[in-house]
Amino acid sequence: MADTFKLQVATPAALVVDEDAATAEIPGSSGYMGILPGHAALMSILAPGVLTYTAGGQTHVLAVDSGFIEVLDDVVSVMTESALRSKDIKLEEAQRQLSDAQNALAAPPVPEANYEELVLAVSRAQAKVDAAGK
Amino acid sequence: MANVLDLRRRIRSVKNTRQITKAMKMVSAAKLRRAQERAIASRPYAQMLSRMLSNVAAAAAAMDDSSELPLLAVRDEKKIQLLLVSSDSGLAGGFNANLFRVVRKFIGEHQGAEIGIEAVGRKGRDYFRRLGSNLTGYHHGIFDKPKYEEAAAIARTLSERYAKGEIDALYLAVNEFKNVMAPAISLRRILPIELPESQEQHDYIFEQPPAELLSKLLPRYVELQVFRALLESNSAYNAARMTAMDKASSNAADVIDTLTLNMNRVRQASITREIIEIVSGAAAL
Repeated sequence: MADTFKLQVATPAALVVDEDAATAEIPGSSGYMGILPGHAALMSILAPGVLTYTAGGQTHVLAVDSGFIEVLDDVVSVMTESALRSKDIKLEEAQRQLSDAQNALAAPPVPEANYEELVLAVSRAQAKVDAAGK
Repeated sequence: MANVLDLRRRIRSVKNTRQITKAMKMVSAAKLRRAQERAIASRPYAQMLSRMLSNVAAAAAAMDDSSELPLLAVRDEKKIQLLLVSSDSGLAGGFNANLFRVVRKFIGEHQGAEIGIEAVGRKGRDYFRRLGSNLTGYHHGIFDKPKYEEAAAIARTLSERYAKGEIDALYLAVNEFKNVMAPAISLRRILPIELPESQEQHDYIFEQPPAELLSKLLPRYVELQVFRALLESNSAYNAARMTAMDKASSNAADVIDTLTLNMNRVRQASITREIIEIVSGAAAL
């Protein structure tokens, strides 16, 4: 069995990652999942969070938005609306976004229709802050 | 008959025009390249999404629980929504006019239905407002540099209206980039979604039920189609503009040639006349 698998992270604007990775940790909507070569075919929903993978002995960190994951024949495809490498994230900006999102959520009254969106905004910003810190 | 000075002035003016059209052509060529790069960059995402959609759809169909999704519901097309992607500015030959003709034909063919037009781009709005069509929305300034969020916002609004039953079908009218010479006009239905046929069945582990995945994938698919339409249209627009400006430049060159010939003739005539005057004056002495 091969000791790497192909990891592709695509956004509508670009193919952000296209590498042979040894391991990956992907934020699924029902928890983080670790992926190693030879993983069974899988489909799942991607939640906003921190995606880490190792390729060529180096660990890379990305903040991803919600999306989808597909694993098939040692190709891991991650589709998301945005994926930022940790080095491209500005920590202060991410922190400001996080506190803005948290304030918006905490400030009563929260309209029910927006609630999910606000929660998403918080987790999105949280992911950026977490990724920037690594 | 025009005198030499007038002709010279006109030649200068046409030369200036040629300078401008040449510059515009160059700008469009650069923009076209960037637009194509963006279109190419969005391709992996698009491929992944359609592949996953067809796989999930096959799995959901096997479990027979996909028919309930609102974006798949087929209804009688009584209220049709048309998303028209035109440009904000002109100077691109028949780019918008050809598209509008196709759309008018479409409207003529669907007399019985109530048609609402959602316009992206100023040209489309102006044209169909003049015609007195029912404009449901207008998006300005997103055509030049299409962003996914903007396309997604449009798609979401329209999908919601579809899900609520306010509209029975969503059609997309757009110029697609075929080659630099001529765009390909496309008018196709994007809602209700026709699921792509899946060729192969894989034995996936589903963390969520396929129907749930499908219900999340479908809106994304609509968003992506709108985004791709904007990208395609932007490439096609810049290509059309480039061609139009190239034609304008060569036309200006032709006009300059004709005017120069004319001017030389007029100058020659006046020289000849002066010589005759001098000669006859001398002969009279």
